[in-house]
Amino acid sequence: MSEEDYGFDTRAIHAGAQPDPATGARATPIYQTTSFVFDDTQHAADLFALRSFGNIYTRIMNPTQAVLESKVASLEGGTAAVACASGHAAQFLVFHLLMQPGDEFVAASQLYGGSINQFNHSFKSFNWKVVWANADKPRSFEKAITKKTKAIFIESIANPGGKVTDLAAIAEIARENKIPLIVDNTLATPYLCRPFEHGADIVVHSLTKFMGGHGNSMGGVIVDGGTFNWSEQAGKYPLLSEPNASYNGMVLSETFGNIAFAIGARVLGLRDFGPAISPTNAFNILTGMETLSLRMQRHCDSTLKVAKWLNKNDAVSWVSYAGLKKDPYHKLQKRYAPKGAGAVFTFGLNGGYDMGVKVVSNVELFSHLANVGDTRSLIIHPASTTHSQLSAAQLLKAGAGPEVVRLSIGLEDPADLIADLDQAIKA
Amino acid sequence: MTKHRFDHNRYSPSYIRGILRDAKTIAIVGASANDVRPSFFVLKYLIEKGYEVYPINPSMAGKSALGREFYASLADVPVAIDMVDVFRGGDAVQGIVDEALQLSPLPKVIWMQLGVRNDEAAQKAEAKGINVVMNRCPKMEYGKHSGEWQWIGGNTGLISSKKQKLHSSGRVQSLGI
Repeated sequence: MSEEDYGFDTRAIHAGAQPDPATGARATPIYQTTSFVFDDTQHAADLFALRSFGNIYTRIMNPTQAVLESKVASLEGGTAAVACASGHAAQFLVFHLLMQPGDEFVAASQLYGGSINQFNHSFKSFNWKVVWANADKPRSFEKAITKKTKAIFIESIANPGGKVTDLAAIAEIARENKIPLIVDNTLATPYLCRPFEHGADIVVHSLTKFMGGHGNSMGGVIVDGGTFNWSEQAGKYPLLSEPNASYNGMVLSETFGNIAFAIGARVLGLRDFGPAISPTNAFNILTGMETLSLRMQRHCDSTLKVAKWLNKNDAVSWVSYAGLKKDPYHKLQKRYAPKGAGAVFTFGLNGGYDMGVKVVSNVELFSHLANVGDTRSLIIHPASTTHSQLSAAQLLKAGAGPEVVRLSIGLEDPADLIADLDQAIKA
Repeated sequence: MTKHRFDHNRYSPSYIRGILRDAKTIAIVGASANDVRPSFFVLKYLIEKGYEVYPINPSMAGKSALGREFYASLADVPVAIDMVDVFRGGDAVQGIVDEALQLSPLPKVIWMQLGVRNDEAAQKAEAKGINVVMNRCPKMEYGKHSGEWQWIGGNTGLISSKKQKLHSSGRVQSLGI
């Protein structure tokens, strides 16, 4: 039976995770080793030259990591995936393959604050230039594209505002301009939204969040959609379409076809920059992924209850959650993430900055920390933490003004979460 | 093997698996001795998996690579060919398929590599009862069915609760052939 015939939940458990060929172990073993022995010098040479499939060194690949990669690739509907140390590492590896010094990419200004920092500041050292566009106005991406533009980068559901992006409209602009669309699908997970079905070419995740889901392991992943033709425009993506000197002149796009991007991220990116995921973290994230559907649905259902309660509270000036019927992003949510609007959203307090600090200080169940996508409910004041390196104007653009509180709703009883917020507001 | 008819956009796993399990002799038209070329990778891989592989390349005729002698054309191969793997694109495809259709006995399978597709040639071959695969790589497909594809984070499209099989060499995964 073809995997395409199996449902999402079956694949979340079984995809990539056949019983171990050596021992028959049913659960995926943690291959906690740095290296793998070669049969002989010819075998070693074949592996290093990419002529044979096989393991060399955990910086580049590892059998536990490979199960994670295959599973994410299956759930997203991609051709292959590459796991790495974090979502930030995934983004770095993606842009390293696409960009030459002096190149540009267009990104939504409504991104996770850490991504805005990475793009605005650290990428400058490589002379990679980000040009910002407005995710609410797909045409703004088109206007920002120049001859130097190599990609478009957006989030499916934006952090922290929980805003849903019109993926198909922006994918169309990417296609017309013959550049790949990269989608950060961290907040949605493939359970809620699969960007490849709407025209994305590459998907990235922070696996640290809902995919792992238990707040215990860092990880990131790049998924290759297998849709983009890297060699169609001569010289535009030289790492993918030109002979590679470090592999004796091999051309990745010619040799690896529709998994060339994933292979490049592994054999050039992981090999030379080294942000490998640990086998134990890969195992922890895999364990979380087996219950992805159950968790995400509960996350979404509970979040809607909390958001509805906040929306009726006099101390609250506004709630930004696409799951609410009157939310401006509700229509987009129904189209792109019909099972739920995710579990991360923001609200504003009438008392402004001081009231925000009071609520964050007084909660007893919610944890005050800089993460999302845990079994535990989380609370943060973005302006003073995740987004604190941004200017006042950038804060507003990113939906993280001074009165804004961000919640990530966990898997506790929603009534207890509501009671906690109620006492924190009234205290 | 039973005869299949497709639109050639999607093949069932059992069709591909059946072809890779039943073929014993494979001629690769357009095989290369240059060890960074995809046509060398596939030649080497299929030899390692135990197939009897016959590289075809007129400019290499008489020379050999990996212990296999190159032949100038399909007609020169001294044994019956089960599967012809077409590693040439564009205008060359029709001529190669025509040559294959002159063989006696006929090959059981004509396989066109990833990026190679010629529906007219495919129809001609299918009319003679030959199974056709287009726009696929036998190395990739073997890797998906043996589980090796998963080693590099690939989406195999397959699920199984059975233990994966090791090749008799103990070194590589196999379909159990």
